[in-house]
Amino acid sequence: MTLVLEQLLNGLQLGVMLFLLAAGLTLVFGIMGVINLAHGSLYMVGAYAAALAAKITGSFLLAIPAGLAAGGLTGMAVEYLVIRHLYGRDHLDQVLATFGLILFFNQTIILLFGRQPLFVQIPPALSGAVDLGLFPYPAYRLCIIAAGLLIAVGLYFLIQRTRLGMLVRAGATHREMVQALGVDIRLLYTIVFGLGALLAGFAGLMAGPLFSVQVGMGEQILILTFVVVVIGGLGSVAGAFWGALLVGLVDTSLRAFLPQILRGMMAGSEADALASGISAMGVYLLMALVLLIKPKGLFPGHA
Amino acid sequence: MRKFLLPTLGLALLLAWPFIAEIIGSPALITLFTRMMILGLAASALNIALGFGGLVSLGHAAFYGIGAYAIGISTTHAISGEPFLGLVSGSNLLFVNVLVAMLVSGVAAAIIGALALRTSGIQFIMITLAFAQMIFFLFLALKAYGGDDGLTFRRRNALFDLNMRDDATFFYVTLGFLLAWLAVCARVLHSRFGLLLGGIRQNERRMQAIGVDTFRMKWIAFIISGMGAGLAGALMANLGRFVSPDLMHWTTSGELLIMCVLGGSGTIIGPVLGAFALIGLEATLNTWTEHWQAILGPLLVLMVLAFRGGLARIGGRKP
Repeated sequence: MTLVLEQLLNGLQLGVMLFLLAAGLTLVFGIMGVINLAHGSLYMVGAYAAALAAKITGSFLLAIPAGLAAGGLTGMAVEYLVIRHLYGRDHLDQVLATFGLILFFNQTIILLFGRQPLFVQIPPALSGAVDLGLFPYPAYRLCIIAAGLLIAVGLYFLIQRTRLGMLVRAGATHREMVQALGVDIRLLYTIVFGLGALLAGFAGLMAGPLFSVQVGMGEQILILTFVVVVIGGLGSVAGAFWGALLVGLVDTSLRAFLPQILRGMMAGSEADALASGISAMGVYLLMALVLLIKPKGLFPGHA
Repeated sequence: MRKFLLPTLGLALLLAWPFIAEIIGSPALITLFTRMMILGLAASALNIALGFGGLVSLGHAAFYGIGAYAIGISTTHAISGEPFLGLVSGSNLLFVNVLVAMLVSGVAAAIIGALALRTSGIQFIMITLAFAQMIFFLFLALKAYGGDDGLTFRRRNALFDLNMRDDATFFYVTLGFLLAWLAVCARVLHSRFGLLLGGIRQNERRMQAIGVDTFRMKWIAFIISGMGAGLAGALMANLGRFVSPDLMHWTTSGELLIMCVLGGSGTIIGPVLGAFALIGLEATLNTWTEHWQAILGPLLVLMVLAFRGGLARIGGRKP
């Protein structure tokens, strides 16, 4: 029982990380109609900047602004130099240009840091475990869950309750109208893209101590994020939230429980191989299932 | 006249290429060109979905890889003599294996297409990518066939009494397959089906209104496209006598898209030109620096931002 609860928490932790990426991706799509494959690269840039800052200063507290700034600024630069010219263009052009960006970012990171993965220490203050009554749980992971949920709530208020959020919502559905009413839509786009990049950078800096920081980490999580966005419904932040939690929970539980279940039915090594295959495919099968029932995702956005 | 001049020149150059490569003393160029032709075939297959059907698939590496694995698995079973799943024996004949590869990748494309075509636009791109990734992980976990190490087999598949070991012979075999495929493409695309497909790309709602089952048309195009990618994978497996999940890494899907656009999607010969240009560019940049992708990436961005229409349309008519 405690094992199940612990794995559920792990799933929740993966879920909120996915949400941070999916929120940015879905906002950029919903408002600007752009598919950004390089969103994972911003995550990677955030992770590397935080890892570097943590290594130089030895303080995780300083790594946080470093990761955020790197993600956000890189995002704004990318928007200004490339993405800005892709609004209203064919999706194919957007895929190709952002694919080019991925090649560039990955190779630049290799040039600067080499191919060896970097490892980041969990900050000492959070390295212990918190006793949750039934079982102890790593404080750092708990902290990620809390931060992710807080950001989700914050995003909800930002989008539903503020003037900026109103413009964002209006821009998603009635772009020309918003422009005609005198809103600087270009600035709005840059802000939204920067916000998405900031969230991606934040996810990256938090991922550092959990996974190894290496080239290609961005694409791995990007494709999972796509699954989240498709399941949740393109352009919907609420959909991104629930989709991310669903994908996080399903992925984690399959990896945790499937081997044991299958081992009850067949030989150990075969069971492990089959379980690893199925759990790697699990979220994609989930996506196929959702598509069969609701082709537009669970929470279809306006776009 | 001009319409035929360049393709004829290109074909003549290809026919003479193995001799030219021998004369200039770099036989490795024969294999390089074989690779270009195989990827050109794959890009041309993708182009049926992309350029003619307007379906931006970012998952064609899956069909390419499945075709390659069909060869790898069939050939290993033929060598070991053990039947596949205890039912069918493997084969070492190129024609048999190519047919199997196309069939298997066609079935995969039928399943993935049936699901992915329920959506369109950006979702279609994401879903094809996600399914391709799923198949990538499936083969990564397939320990019986090498897992992430892949499968190596000693000899290329047999075709008549040809000496397939010889790279020049395999070059001509590949060229034959490429020409046959392009002929099929031209035939399909100038048929009623091809015209309907073009109509759907331009205005799907209108085609629906005049009574065309657009889903079915797009589905068929996607299946043909997947089969072509499978054929290319089958040839690639034979070229290197090696298959691994790396073949279906998602960047391959991206590169195939680049080839189509670079050469000119929506033309028959364009994707092949694009493949030659991209692989040639990669090979050239690679001789300068190991980090050639840092140059290729920005080049791609510039290409998209500055120049549209593709190589096949340079100096030609507007599409």
